[in-house]
Amino acid sequence: MRVPLNWLADYVDLPADTDPHALAAEFASIGLEEEDFFGPEITGPLVVGRVLELVKEEHSNGKTVNWCRVNVGPEYNEDLDDPKDPQPGEERPSRGIICGAHNFEAGDLIVACLPGAVLPGDFKIAARKTYGHKSDGMICSAKELGLGEDHSGIIVLSDLGLTGEPGDDAIALLGLDQVTLDVNVTPDRGYQLSMRGIGREYAQMKGQTFTDIGSAEVAPTNAATDDGYPVSVEDNNPINEVAGCDQFTALQVTGLDPQAKTPFWMQRRLQQAGMRPISLTVDVTNYVMLELGQPLHAYDTALLGDEIVVRRATAGEKFTTLDDVERTLDAEDLLITDRSAGETGKGGKIIGLAGVMGGADVEVNDQTTDVVIEAAHFDPISIARTSRRHKLSSEASRRFERGVDPKLGPVAARRCADLLVELGGGTLSPATTQVGQAPEPTILDLKVARVASLVGIDYSIDEVTSLLEGIGATVAAKDEETVSVTVPSWRTDITDDVDLIEEVARTGGYDRIPSVQPAARAGNGLTVAQKTRRRISNLLAADGFTEVLSYPFTNDKRDDQLRLEADDVRRKHVRLANPMSEDLPLMRTNLLSTLVDLVVRNQGRGAKDVALFEAGLVSTSAGLPEGPGPRHLPGYHPSDDELEAIYASVPAQPYHYAGIIAGNAELPGVWGKGRKAEATDVIDTVRRIAAVNGLEATVEADQIAPWHPGRAAKFVLADGQVLGHAGELHPKVCENLGLPARTVAFEIDLDALLAQDDLRAWDGALSTYPVSRQDVALIVDADLPTQTLAATLREGAGEELELLETFDLYTGDQLPEGKKSLAFRLTFRAPDRTLKADEASAMREAATKLAAERHGAEVRS
Amino acid sequence: MTDQLDPLDESAVKQAVDAALKAFTDATTLDELKQAKIDHTGDKAPLALANRAIGSLDKADKAAAGKIVGKSRGAVKQAHDARLAELEAERDAAVLIEEAIDVTLPTDRRRLGARHPLSLIQEQAADYFVGLGWEVAEGPEIESEWLNFDALNFGPDHPARQMQDTFFVDPPEAGLVLRTHTSPVQSRSLLERGVPLYVVCPGKTFRTDELDATHTPVFHQIEGIAIDKGLTMANLQGTLDGFAREMFGPESKTRLRPSFFPFTEPSAEMDFWFPNKVGGPGWIEWGGCGMVHPNVLRAAGIDPDVYQGFAFGMGIERTLMLREGINDMHDMVEGDVRFSARFGMKA
Repeated sequence: MRVPLNWLADYVDLPADTDPHALAAEFASIGLEEEDFFGPEITGPLVVGRVLELVKEEHSNGKTVNWCRVNVGPEYNEDLDDPKDPQPGEERPSRGIICGAHNFEAGDLIVACLPGAVLPGDFKIAARKTYGHKSDGMICSAKELGLGEDHSGIIVLSDLGLTGEPGDDAIALLGLDQVTLDVNVTPDRGYQLSMRGIGREYAQMKGQTFTDIGSAEVAPTNAATDDGYPVSVEDNNPINEVAGCDQFTALQVTGLDPQAKTPFWMQRRLQQAGMRPISLTVDVTNYVMLELGQPLHAYDTALLGDEIVVRRATAGEKFTTLDDVERTLDAEDLLITDRSAGETGKGGKIIGLAGVMGGADVEVNDQTTDVVIEAAHFDPISIARTSRRHKLSSEASRRFERGVDPKLGPVAARRCADLLVELGGGTLSPATTQVGQAPEPTILDLKVARVASLVGIDYSIDEVTSLLEGIGATVAAKDEETVSVTVPSWRTDITDDVDLIEEVARTGGYDRIPSVQPAARAGNGLTVAQKTRRRISNLLAADGFTEVLSYPFTNDKRDDQLRLEADDVRRKHVRLANPMSEDLPLMRTNLLSTLVDLVVRNQGRGAKDVALFEAGLVSTSAGLPEGPGPRHLPGYHPSDDELEAIYASVPAQPYHYAGIIAGNAELPGVWGKGRKAEATDVIDTVRRIAAVNGLEATVEADQIAPWHPGRAAKFVLADGQVLGHAGELHPKVCENLGLPARTVAFEIDLDALLAQDDLRAWDGALSTYPVSRQDVALIVDADLPTQTLAATLREGAGEELELLETFDLYTGDQLPEGKKSLAFRLTFRAPDRTLKADEASAMREAATKLAAERHGAEVRS
Repeated sequence: MTDQLDPLDESAVKQAVDAALKAFTDATTLDELKQAKIDHTGDKAPLALANRAIGSLDKADKAAAGKIVGKSRGAVKQAHDARLAELEAERDAAVLIEEAIDVTLPTDRRRLGARHPLSLIQEQAADYFVGLGWEVAEGPEIESEWLNFDALNFGPDHPARQMQDTFFVDPPEAGLVLRTHTSPVQSRSLLERGVPLYVVCPGKTFRTDELDATHTPVFHQIEGIAIDKGLTMANLQGTLDGFAREMFGPESKTRLRPSFFPFTEPSAEMDFWFPNKVGGPGWIEWGGCGMVHPNVLRAAGIDPDVYQGFAFGMGIERTLMLREGINDMHDMVEGDVRFSARFGMKA
């Protein structure tokens, strides 16, 4: 809401020397946050001038300009002409100014800015040589002064209904020194979208008594008559059983002068408030809306049918709004239509989308002499839905959505009519239409102790009363602890005692609230999941991965690039109805799908070796119930079954970790060449993640996208759940995504990890007897997984085997085709004695014997 | 050494001792010392010969000579050992100097990783509140509309619902959105944990804003809610003041300005006092807060006549940007390793 301060001063005592910035801060302290500030943009001299003489001079470029002698007042006139460049006509005190506009003549009062002045946009004015003369200033257009868009000619003061003497300060005359504050009105406070509402806030803030020009008790209104303009409300489709239009006031003004102009002061105020002056009738309706908060509409009576009908649209009906857009209507859209005598049903034409925007058909125009003024009250929800449906927000819809004072219609219609009569020379007809009545006021009980209990300040009953009276409420003491509050009609937002408590706190000042830290109940600290995540993230960072956060938006093409099978569950995405980009309509089902982009980005920016990790939620549409989701209104507590349905409607969103290493795992440097990342690097990362959480995961070879079919490991947890995968990415995937060849990656499901029971058991004191180490190399089939052979050795070696290390892998000429040799070191230790060499050897032989039986392993000598 | 030293000639013995001591002192290397040792204590050295000569002396002289020669030999050995220790120490020191390396050579054989500062600052905030006895709650990012809006007293036609630039899941009838704030976790916590409740909810949130210097469609918030008997706006103010001190230093504090949110009444915008603000200390807008609206409690099955409390929320990105002087959102969301590297594992 733009608040021109000189306009505000019409309703409250606003001292002329008010510091507007300080005022903006005061407004912010009562909830009207500053959005913008429009201060003076012109520095003088900008003066009234009288054109004494002018000669039209045609120039070689085909343009005709006026060479003018302008009286700019004794302070600024030059006594004598420049002998080399005399001004037109008789020599007398004046200045010579060149002007290209032609909408003025000698004798007119104009606005001249003189050398030294600065116009909006830091436009500095100086005397300059042009068209063969020295132009000693500039005659200004409205646009040049920031007074709107008119640049068709210069300002002639008489056109604006203004006058003055040459030399008068035009900055003050045109109100160019005025300040407008733009304050943000929160969506609950429709009443603040008016000078009336802002005036009340100001008065209360300053402790002034507010005279309410919008009060139905104070302002003049017309009593309804039988011969008012016929209006019927025929709402066959109310929303939530609320009538779309519960009141409709119509007044008629006749005999308006179609040529009557909007006075300058009103145009100026409209501009300052952010609206464009159009014509007297339209300007007056807008002015009254800004002043009081009631949207108004004026129809040309001559163009209107015999009756106004408010009704709902038929689905599919068409209507072209004033902004020249044809709109296809919905059965919920509320319409203003007209109907000729004798017609019934949906006759006539649509003349407006109620409370949102009218159409061109019955709009006032430059022939209009008689008008019907509409001041209606519409259901906020109906207007909000129509505005949203047609993506059409107007000054009217903004106010109706937020709630317009239901008692205001008759006051505003009369104010509008009075201004039209005053400025347009018409007559207000006594015939008055009034459909519907304002509802009874809301009366709420407020326990004074409850105010203190919520706000933390001990307000007295007197203070509560006085603060609530300040917002316009009527307050009566009900008993010693309770007041009965009649809510003012414009405060449609106040429906509950907490709303009143907010008003007490707000108008009493939030700055009075003390700062008291509450003593919380003893909590349980971080959850296991939260601690686990920190542990893993810190491990990964310490292991050289950098944490990043990629956007979770993806597409089917990415799934193709990752070579996911057609029936891969990771293709079951949650889809967005309104994605940021049509290219990325899906939510990711795995982190790698979006993390890869950040590797490419970092490499594109020059990073050669990149290791990234991401932790976060992924989602799936698998298992989502079909059909519409559960809906309940605010304040409703769903039953257990209803809650279950709400929870079940939400997609599963497991917490994942993923990491990628592209390039070297160990960096090159003075110590050597570095080492390229390989599958085992990320396989080990996952093993370490399990280990720091006290878990062991079984590693198995797996063939799964996006990994290399021969270089991917699957991790299986003790309960059989898959923790995740790690390995080298498929060469084609690297190629598809622009990743370096042999990029390695892992992705794990943290929820699977967290679901594991802690199976660790402590089985007694650590033995301090010496160890006995035995080495053995075994020849086995090349495709036998090392982990399988190791498990067999462990089983065969018995309980004294403390440690089994694989220290060599050999394939080559010295072995038969299809065989490999694995070398193990077995470390034995007994809990109760020093093992003898032959005991340890026997244990080793037991191990190799079992390996021979199970896997055909031969001891390599 | 042909002169036989008379073991009873004290002066001659002393001369031999002096000669030995001088030879040791003069030795500048371990090899020279070794030679001097052979010369002065070896089998053919005067003192050795004198010692051997004692055996042929009269019984009466034996004791005297033994005493003289024994004492002298002891002194010589002691002097040798001392010099040996000196020279060995010199040699060892020289070896260590030769073994010196350039400790300024690069050492970054292992890549340095880092946490994202947005994660770290969420952990810092969580730790602060856990220290006060609060707990940390979480919830899904794809959320039911009921929990994101209705349970928080945003009616289906509430104008505030339009203020939010919400991502809707397809089809919209499914009633699912990408949560526009962390506030649905308030409702989830009330429903699942009941009251009294003191939780903070950090997490990812979504709005349909294009990425620019100050906006991102995917961002983070931290939400707090406290519901108990008798909690007041003064407690809200106290909680916020403490949190501001944790995030922005001991000089910081907060102030409340009236505002509107459907899920709080009274509602407030909150500014914090930023001692390190560019251009001098001042107030900076930080988030929204208020006393939890009775309808939010009712939706969770809690009696608003018995329990009441407050809630607050602020943007994590904004908090980090202000605190660390980051002026472009792109740096926070693009995943450039150079950005996180600056923070290591501490924001």
